[in-house]
Amino acid sequence: MTDHLIEINSLNKMYDSGGTGVAAIDHMDFYIDDGEFVSVTGPSGSGKSTLLSVMGGMNRPTRGQVQVDSLDLYALTPEQRADFRSEYLGFIFQSFQLIPYLTLLENVTVPMAITGRKKKEKRDMAMAVIDRVGLADKALRLPDQLSGGEQERVAIARAIVNRPPIILADEPTGNLDSRTALEIMALLQELNREGHTVIMVTHNREMERHATRSVRVRDGRIETLDTDWCTK
Amino acid sequence: MKLYNISFKNIRRRKAKMLFLALGLIIGISTIVTLLAITETMTVEIEERLDQFGANIVMVPRTEALSLNYGGIDVGGVNYEVREFDQADIPKIRTIKNAKNLGVVAPKVLGAADIGAKQVLLMGVIFDQELALKTWWQKHGAFPETADQVLLGSTAASVLGLAPGDPMETGGRAFQVSGVLMPTGGAEDHAVIADITAAQAVLGKPGKVSLVEIAAFCRGCPITELTLQIAEKFPDARVTAMKQAVMSKMQSIELFKSFSLGVSVLVVGVGALLVMVTMMGSVNERTREIGIFRAIGFRQTHVMQIILLEALVLGIFGGMAGVALGNIAAWGITPLVVDAGGFAGVNFRTGGICLLMAAALSLLASLYPAVKAGRMDPSDALRAL
Repeated sequence: MTDHLIEINSLNKMYDSGGTGVAAIDHMDFYIDDGEFVSVTGPSGSGKSTLLSVMGGMNRPTRGQVQVDSLDLYALTPEQRADFRSEYLGFIFQSFQLIPYLTLLENVTVPMAITGRKKKEKRDMAMAVIDRVGLADKALRLPDQLSGGEQERVAIARAIVNRPPIILADEPTGNLDSRTALEIMALLQELNREGHTVIMVTHNREMERHATRSVRVRDGRIETLDTDWCTK
Repeated sequence: MKLYNISFKNIRRRKAKMLFLALGLIIGISTIVTLLAITETMTVEIEERLDQFGANIVMVPRTEALSLNYGGIDVGGVNYEVREFDQADIPKIRTIKNAKNLGVVAPKVLGAADIGAKQVLLMGVIFDQELALKTWWQKHGAFPETADQVLLGSTAASVLGLAPGDPMETGGRAFQVSGVLMPTGGAEDHAVIADITAAQAVLGKPGKVSLVEIAAFCRGCPITELTLQIAEKFPDARVTAMKQAVMSKMQSIELFKSFSLGVSVLVVGVGALLVMVTMMGSVNERTREIGIFRAIGFRQTHVMQIILLEALVLGIFGGMAGVALGNIAAWGITPLVVDAGGFAGVNFRTGGICLLMAAALSLLASLYPAVKAGRMDPSDALRAL
């Protein structure tokens, strides 16, 4: 039993690169508490995106343990991990990653397609988050009819529609201009204040300051932690 | 939003892509439908043609004696008890259960008659029936039109020294030779063929029939069934199916059916392969999408459901389009490949079977791509983003 929301122990992830093992994550230990907004920064290839996918139960580590809410993620079956993602996590992907043939409303409703909620309840919940991100008047548009900033807002709406306790964001501002990026960061901060734990991967140091804590990684290792961070 | 909504919306909003996916099925099913429709028409035509080659059931009075005749060479033998049918009973043949499968019923009376100093086989027939049965008969002169005219077999004419137009006398009755048959190789070469009533009078067998030749073809039921039904009506008769004729008909038809089946299996195989390859391509193209579904919590079975439902819808659509196209093609092609054969019409049973086959085939061919999609590692899929 642990007091932390996410606890990472002796994490190691090796990739095979032309017959040679390359460590994407090299012996990481840290934890994240409920209600934090953590930014993970580092240069390209530093292992930050791998860390996010391992924490999201999508990428089995070579060694080590990831516990979320006292649940050992990789002791679960793949289907149990899928259920865990549906219940605990909201993903915001790099480059929005909306389903091109679904409208904004349908994209946001997709995570609820596998829940037992009633049709009207699903629609109401989806419209509530779409309204929240300021796109209610564009709910029936297809993704290619939206601007980059709007698509990012849809991605955020999709991530929070099931009211997950944890939001994992991979480069949420990577494809946006600086003004729109700041708007998105403000939205993430707001969600964090409402109780969502936010873990954001970014290579942009400017965005780091919006988080309550930050960790910098290099070559798969934790390089620096800000003062609030603690290693175990 | 349910899983099926995702499948339907993908199909609805990517029509061109889906049409391409269904193309393999459309081509496969339409080929099968066209082939089956043409084969069906060919089968009917072959049956009709073969039916013109004479009788395939013979009904004779039951006798204990064995025939001592082979290939026209008689080596003796005597029927101690020769029974004959009453001509009035012959219409009972058409009261059997499968009466609709009966074609020509040609009764005949047989006996020996003296013409001059020679004894010949006198065969009394109903000329309308007989000529419908023996369509291959060719003659010099004309076929008899009145009861006092006779037709001579080629050997009989030669032996008797008679030609068309000559008078002839037998049993105290005068006849005129209306025509002489060209050699057929059959028993009629040696016979004098007369109207049945006249022959009965000459032979002293009024109202009697020696044998009945029947032309029948029974699609969907064995010819032996017909012989049994006739034998039930005539307990004193020996009803025999001329199996050689029937078997040759059946073999010809079976040959066509086997050919059709073989080509259909080949086309279905190629169609299935095409569906699998295109579905596999579609799954690979949708790696990103599948990765997103898996990342937001869709189980393997959820992803498989989406893919298989799309395959089912495509299968039904491809089947329907294939059946429609196949019938249109058959309508256009049949008159070109089958002489005097028109399109037999839409066969709804075949259409239904093809539709089911297309749906099943599409599902089966999509099973592997669906399993592959379901098992896709979300992190691998997302790395491809």
